Amino acid sequence: MHFGLTEEQKLLQETVRSFVAGECPPQVVRAVFDAGGAHDPALWKGLSELGVAGMVVPEVYGGAGLELLDLALVAEELGAGAVPAPFLGHAMACVALSLGASESQRERWLPALASGELVGTVGWSEPGGVIDPEAFTVEFREGALFGAKSLVPNASAAGLLVVAGPDGRLFVVERGAPGLRTEAVSNIDRTRPLEKVILEGVPAEELEQPVGDRVRDAGLVLLAADAFGCGHRLVRMSAEYAKARQQFGRPIAEFQAVKHQLANMAVEIDPSRALWWFAAHAFDHMPEEREKAAALAKAHITDRAARVARDAVEAHGGLGFTWECDVQIYFKRAAFDRVVLGTPDQHRDRIADLGGY
Amino acid sequence: MDLRLGAHYDELRERVREFARANWPLRGAEAELPRREQEILFRRRAIEAGLLARTVPRAYGGAEVPTDPIAEAVIRQELDAAGAPHRASPQGTHMLVPTLLEEGSEAQKRHYIPPTLVGEIYWCQGYSEPGAGSDLASLQSRAVAHGDHFVITGQKIWTSNAFEADMMFGLFRTEADEPRSGGLSYLLVDMKSPGIDVRPLRQMNGGEEFCEVFFDEVRVPIENLVGRRGEGWKVSKATLKHERMLIGDASYARIHFQNLLDLARRVRHGGRPAIEDPGIRRRLAELEGWIACQVHASQRILSAVARNEDLEVLPDMLMAKLNSTNVFQRMTRMALDLLGEEALTEPSPDETGMAVGTPTPGRWVSQAMVAIGTAIAGGTSNIQRNIIGERVLGLPRDPRPPGSAGGART
Ligand SMILES: Cc1cc2nc3c(=O)[nH]c(=O)nc-3n(C[C@H](O)[C@H](O)[C@H](O)COP(=O)(O)OP(=O)(O)OC[C@H]3O[C@@H](n4cnc5c(N)ncnc54)[C@H](O)[C@@H]3O)c2cc1C
Repeated sequence: MHFGLTEEQKLLQETVRSFVAGECPPQVVRAVFDAGGAHDPALWKGLSELGVAGMVVPEVYGGAGLELLDLALVAEELGAGAVPAPFLGHAMACVALSLGASESQRERWLPALASGELVGTVGWSEPGGVIDPEAFTVEFREGALFGAKSLVPNASAAGLLVVAGPDGRLFVVERGAPGLRTEAVSNIDRTRPLEKVILEGVPAEELEQPVGDRVRDAGLVLLAADAFGCGHRLVRMSAEYAKARQQFGRPIAEFQAVKHQLANMAVEIDPSRALWWFAAHAFDHMPEEREKAAALAKAHITDRAARVARDAVEAHGGLGFTWECDVQIYFKRAAFDRVVLGTPDQHRDRIADLGGY
Repeated sequence: MDLRLGAHYDELRERVREFARANWPLRGAEAELPRREQEILFRRRAIEAGLLARTVPRAYGGAEVPTDPIAEAVIRQELDAAGAPHRASPQGTHMLVPTLLEEGSEAQKRHYIPPTLVGEIYWCQGYSEPGAGSDLASLQSRAVAHGDHFVITGQKIWTSNAFEADMMFGLFRTEADEPRSGGLSYLLVDMKSPGIDVRPLRQMNGGEEFCEVFFDEVRVPIENLVGRRGEGWKVSKATLKHERMLIGDASYARIHFQNLLDLARRVRHGGRPAIEDPGIRRRLAELEGWIACQVHASQRILSAVARNEDLEVLPDMLMAKLNSTNVFQRMTRMALDLLGEEALTEPSPDETGMAVGTPTPGRWVSQAMVAIGTAIAGGTSNIQRNIIGERVLGLPRDPRPPGSAGGART
């Protein structure tokens, strides 16, 4: 038994971490944020060159053939750096095509997705916060899709959109397809734009396998890992700030109330690392645990990160309440992680059912 | 990651099950022996079978097999499931034995370890005093050297299980002019010594598991000093890692959660089983998130320790106590909410034990109080926060009393 990372995984994470530190330092994030948020193609290219875009794509199609845990380790680092990249949707689209596409569909799309030239995304939720596929109203008639998907990550940057229908069915739509419209959605997290996608008879191709549930579960785990990265970073940022900030003639970290607040923040988020590791591992290796573990990770960890983010604002005092302070960027990123693909309570309802309460 | 235990551990699990079936409960004439003797017999056989006291050398009554925390976790799970009495006095097996193994003399090891492992000797931990809890290093009970004896005068308090203990290991001030941790020695005290007076303290839940222990010129042979005079603080730290591993064991959390689900099925809210209430379901699912973190975090710690990668998980180990006592308190709070009016039930004497036991309303009420106790015992939550702040986050240390290198209880 080994509950831990392989040397390769540690190296992968180290590589992504130093890439983020070098290519996406806080000033880069800040520039994207203040510009109103957009996708930074150069950054995505760099990440793709590291193999991030094709991580879970089978090797024969130019990917690395790795597992969700590897992808989630990347997600943690992107969360920790608040990296503005179309990673979430792209990763989910890669999971959809790698697991659900026919041979010819794979040949057609996977190589370009694996190299990152083609950016993918997934439309899951429907307007009104609908996340249950049984309640989806999107319809597929005579080769065309009708309906709408809300909160689609980086939809404008994407060349390929996977649309989730009922019964796990998935449909692929390409950029520029007739009848396809996107509308910006108001979203405080400017590191990852969200759009509403309107489908008015858009030509689409159905994937061979109805693997919608797995695509959702992959997304849930990646959001949990991103949220963990945000929360973990916020605790460390707050600790560093407390050591540097002087009041009453000494660093505020010397005040025990501050120290204890920071310790509580650490205990809020840190033990949850093992939960998303487990959920990611279960995704590939423990089919009977997969769904519930993903839901638990998403519900729990995104809630913890939101809580830590709130406390991090307080730990930074008046500065924490300013736009200028980077805490707000993480606060908003954590809020995205909490809401996209369903709120913690929505997933707790599922956990209760899945757990046979 | 590879969470399959593998054939080796599956076989071990089978072997433990088989062993438990064959050896507990005892049969025939042995079943008529007093309970404590039955437990001793069982433990002796389990050690012979290589299932208990695994890392303790044979010379000291152990099984002497290579250390394997995963095997130990499997064994614990199976013996727990069989209801077998594999846990002898935890103060003895988990605190005293590792301390003696690291710091004890050859004679101490041979004399004390074998009977402790099987439970012939029960131990209690004499650290806290009325004036010295978190600030353990300030303790005042004196042990004065007189020829071949120390003579102890003073008082210990909140000493768990002292009423049934045969021996105490404790810290006493042997160097009167050293005010703090530098003046302490680690002594083994026979609880039947003249001059010892044990008075059970009634706990808030009505139970009487911890006690006050008074010492009036109690003579302790000099050979009962563990380690060197004045170095008791260092000796007492030897067990720290073992204690943390014990806390990392999350098996109780899962049992409590199952009990909580059963409770939610039994009690009714608005005429329907509480388990059907969407708000209750969400709260339970939220709790399950906390528990899943605790369970998997402890798996991770166990796995890292088994691979000698302790350093990678040190921060997680330092957080484990606060996290697990927080989770325990969340669970019992939920139980009280589910119980409604029954949350006023006075626990009966057999419901006040620290052990898990049948989840009756009285036991839940008691457990809700025990959960606070666990947040105090063995280093309070605030002391844990200091440790986390200082050792995980690198924040400045709290001001220390003058002339001391350290001294907070951990
Ligand atoms: C169920 C139970 C079993 C126990 N079993 C044993 C046993 O077997 N052997 C034994 O020796 N002892 C035992 N104890 C005693 C236990 O170790 C002490 O109660 C504990 O260390 C706290 O000490 P105290 O009670 O003096 O509280 P205090 O130290 O007076 O603390 C009171 C409050 O002040 C806070 N506080 C104290 N110092 C600080 C600080 N520096 N910073 C911030 N907050 C602080 C504490 O967190 C606490 O909330 C047991 C206690 C309990 C509840």
